[in-house]
Amino acid sequence: MAHLTGISLAHPITLVAAVFTPWIVLGIALLIGFFASYLTALSWADLTFVLPATGLGNVVVALLARFWLHEPISLARWAGIVLITVGVGFVTQGPSLTENTAIEAPSRAEEMRPVLEKEQVR
Amino acid sequence: MTIPFPAVPSGLWAAAAMIAAIVLASTAGEVLTAAAMKSVGDLDEIRARDGLMGAIRAVLTCPLFFAGVGFLALAFFSLLFSLNHLPVSLVAPASSSLTLVTNAIAGKFFLKENVDRRRWTAAILVCIGVYLLAH
Repeated sequence: MAHLTGISLAHPITLVAAVFTPWIVLGIALLIGFFASYLTALSWADLTFVLPATGLGNVVVALLARFWLHEPISLARWAGIVLITVGVGFVTQGPSLTENTAIEAPSRAEEMRPVLEKEQVR
Repeated sequence: MTIPFPAVPSGLWAAAAMIAAIVLASTAGEVLTAAAMKSVGDLDEIRARDGLMGAIRAVLTCPLFFAGVGFLALAFFSLLFSLNHLPVSLVAPASSSLTLVTNAIAGKFFLKENVDRRRWTAAILVCIGVYLLAH
């Protein structure tokens, strides 16, 4: 967007033209890819599992800024990168989906019953 | 010519209200979208069975999904509005890190997710991390 000439409210049609700029098209395509992946993740994992994990995106942005754009990263930002990485590491060690105990518990008991009965016969 | 932002231009309460509006709208959007995707079911399985178009149809025929996207759009426009009054270095990190904590609370109460100590720790660590990285 920084490469485009100034867009003013008096000429809103220039904003429509901006949508067809190659970089903007690529950006929109990547955003659609992000949203599709995000929705797929939410369909099989908890929100409280997925959302902290997406925080890793901030780390990728910071590392790209450092090593591709050669922007300086302050000590506070390195601390932020470490905290996010540790946080995501924490959440991924646990289960991704809350098991529905009301449904799961009886079915497990049913599965165990024949085994237990066999033990009692012995 | 650059227009300098005063430290807290519209008063502390106005700034807090603008950030609260973004956080609330975005939390409502995330929770509704998550509830919609849970009601649709595993998208990988739907795609394996009905193809990509079947998966897209399953999402687009869920009314909860549009409620969620509506709130996410509201959060986006609240963000644009607040950027007109407050510096981006305050709004962006404050709203994105606070949203993580409110989502953990909302996930526990509205989605009945098991937010154990591990998930609380992760939400708070990522929250502080995002703030440090973005401010």
